[in-house]
Amino acid sequence: MSAQQTPSPAPVLDVRGLSVGYGGGRGGTTQVTHEISFSVAPGEILALVGESGSGKTTTAQAAINLLPQGGQVLAGSIALDGEDVTDASASRWRSLRGRRVGLVPQDPGGSLDPTKRIGDSIAEAFRIHRAAPRRILADRVVELLERVGLDDPVRRAKQYPHELSGGMKQRVLIAGAIALGPGLLIADEPTSALDVTVQRRIMELLDDLRRESGTGILLVTHDLALAGEAADRVLVLQGGRVQEEGTSEVVLGNPTAEYTRRLLADAPTLATPVHRVARTEADRAPDEAPVLAVSDLTVEFGGGFLTRTPVFRAVDGVSFAIPRGTTHALVGESGSGKTTTARAVAAFQGAASGSVTLLGQDVLALRGPARRALRRQVQLVYQNPFGSLDPRQTILESVLEPLTNFGLEASPGARREHAVAALERVSLPAALHRRRPRELSGGQRQRVAIARAIVLHPELLILDEATSALDVTVQAEILRLLDDLQRERGMTYLVISHDLAVVRQIADTVTVLRRGRTVEQGTTAEIFASPQQDYTRDLIASIPGGVHP
Amino acid sequence: MTYALGRVASAAGVLLAAFTVAFLLLQALPGDAVMIRFENPELGLSAEQIASVRESYGADVGLLAQYWHSLSGFLGGDLGFSVASGAPVRTLLGSAIPSTLLLAGLGFVVAALLAAALAFGAILSPSGWLANVLRSLPSLFVSVPVFWLGIVLIQIFSFRLGLISVIRPGPLEALILPVLTLAVPISAPMAQVLVRAIDDVQAQPFITVVRSKGAGEAWILLRNVLRNAALPALTIAGVLLGELIGGAVVTETVFARFGVGRLTADALDAQDIPVLQGIVVLAALAFVVVNLLVDLVAPLIDPRLKRRVHA
Repeated sequence: MSAQQTPSPAPVLDVRGLSVGYGGGRGGTTQVTHEISFSVAPGEILALVGESGSGKTTTAQAAINLLPQGGQVLAGSIALDGEDVTDASASRWRSLRGRRVGLVPQDPGGSLDPTKRIGDSIAEAFRIHRAAPRRILADRVVELLERVGLDDPVRRAKQYPHELSGGMKQRVLIAGAIALGPGLLIADEPTSALDVTVQRRIMELLDDLRRESGTGILLVTHDLALAGEAADRVLVLQGGRVQEEGTSEVVLGNPTAEYTRRLLADAPTLATPVHRVARTEADRAPDEAPVLAVSDLTVEFGGGFLTRTPVFRAVDGVSFAIPRGTTHALVGESGSGKTTTARAVAAFQGAASGSVTLLGQDVLALRGPARRALRRQVQLVYQNPFGSLDPRQTILESVLEPLTNFGLEASPGARREHAVAALERVSLPAALHRRRPRELSGGQRQRVAIARAIVLHPELLILDEATSALDVTVQAEILRLLDDLQRERGMTYLVISHDLAVVRQIADTVTVLRRGRTVEQGTTAEIFASPQQDYTRDLIASIPGGVHP
Repeated sequence: MTYALGRVASAAGVLLAAFTVAFLLLQALPGDAVMIRFENPELGLSAEQIASVRESYGADVGLLAQYWHSLSGFLGGDLGFSVASGAPVRTLLGSAIPSTLLLAGLGFVVAALLAAALAFGAILSPSGWLANVLRSLPSLFVSVPVFWLGIVLIQIFSFRLGLISVIRPGPLEALILPVLTLAVPISAPMAQVLVRAIDDVQAQPFITVVRSKGAGEAWILLRNVLRNAALPALTIAGVLLGELIGGAVVTETVFARFGVGRLTADALDAQDIPVLQGIVVLAALAFVVVNLLVDLVAPLIDPRLKRRVHA
């Protein structure tokens, strides 16, 4: 996409020297952004890119005057369509919001009133501004739903949010935001909660809007590749300061700031070379049986005798095997059955048919003490370590707990030594061992979760979206750590991920799942170089920053 | 429809269980009303005469037979006769219900209004300290005992200020203090739940979206927050009905009003088991019906519950 350089159109948003702070009162003010300047021209997409804490969301919130409690503009100016709104009154802002500037939120799931019909939610902007007579409201709503590409708009208008998928909800939210034709849309991570193929379609819709209606879009994202693909210009933020600004081609192709280079290096795309050394036959004994063999696994839910709900087949005839010391990835979109498969492998979930053989034992047939002993060999690391660590335990206690539970090591002293060694292996120094989870960063917490898993010396580690919630630079560190651990200890990994770019970096073999069925299976290199199925091709093509034919 | 039928069936089950438990507990009480009334030596009744009185009340047959007898009576609408006065229990309850219904109904309405006023005051209050005071009031209210509040209200408004007469008050005047006494402790948990629910809804992302369309605080509160916050408040209101029944007993005693509460207290004194049995089933019926209504109304407020209804 190229920038549409019209001769100096008046910007729909002009931000000059903006500094925003939180607090005030006795605690003093903490300044979170420092003299940020940019402008968005009509029909232009400008991306604010940065990691958590970079001030990208704060800046966007200031532009629509929706800073959280305690947030205030300390210096600088904001102008909408040439009108200086830095000190505009609350009532002036109410009349600007919806008319001049609209918001497309991050989480479509929670962003629609669950008790309102879709049509009523979209009509709300007209009602608030008394912008359309009641009798034509229904027609306007249907027009808007058609505009954002929803099928059967008349029926959709009568449905409730819970009856729509995430992608449809995001379309509805866009329809609501453009209802009064604002010149500026603020899209705050509009696709980060969506599957990758849906993400691409939503970005295409936003691109249509700016081209056909001349809407300027301020896109807030953590995803540099997405920004490069969708935006005309990119502003890279770190710690509340602008690190780099320029057209997408220049910022992504020829970055000048050190920080941008690091972001680009750490964010895997399909264009990124794979640094990891693929495991080869030489890494393992040739005739050894695979650590994990899943054969024709089928998992069903529902179908109760009394409730008469239909049987839902979450996993349908999935088979794969993982040789010792290698990584296998299950990839697919939400509802593909990848997490259910992993739960069956860890014996947390029964199966309707098929078999799961781990280290020569049939997992599905094990009961009682044998199953418990097996659990020691399979450890899990989840997406959100904050939810899986006890907030009242210090991290050393958290890592000690599994050792105590399994009665490993002879003495408490030996257990402690072992736990300390595990924490140090994941680069958590002794100074942090007495802290509690909330006192750590997201990356540190994920290291604790890994330490807690490896302290038992498991054979198989299941990584369920283990790096999805992390910033790219942190994600890169964790992925390196996992790679080192695998080489040192010969552990076998089962990776569950929706992020194909990450999978390409870390997996030896891949199974692509869709609605519980295997779509395609093979070595990572084969799958990415020559996908055989349309679905796989679509998945790969949807990754931002990919190589498009 | 299946959902509604299921709810009705489970309501009937609760009623039967309440009847059975009440029956067993009342039978387990030492002594009975027949003994209290007729074995008084001053009456000078002989052992045979007492035995024939027992027979006429059906008190001489086995427990299971008595259970079956009174259950079939209840199903047919025959609640038996008061042992103390000899009047049919149905008549006694019939004369007590209207006054209690009026007291409890008004108490409930006032409690709901009070709770809503507290919650809105706390949410909309521009000053921080006022909001804090309003938010902490419910905790105070919840810890106020009904009988104490009743006595204090009489002391202040009737004896000190002379605003409301306690001796032969008019029908409306007679209701003011009892209704207030009943409403204050009931309003507290409702207000707490409502404040909490409003806070939760205000923090939802969809509120930011509505705000981004230019809505003001009043619009958001009335058109978006309230309906979403109503469900927890409605649920707690159904549960609080039990408290309302218990509160009515104390309130009617303190204010010397006639009603189901007074009937309960008198029947307890006299161990008048048929009357008590009737009251327990009546209270259970009221409780079950109100909660059934709550369950049936809930899917109308929150369409997400309908899915479970149709499934």
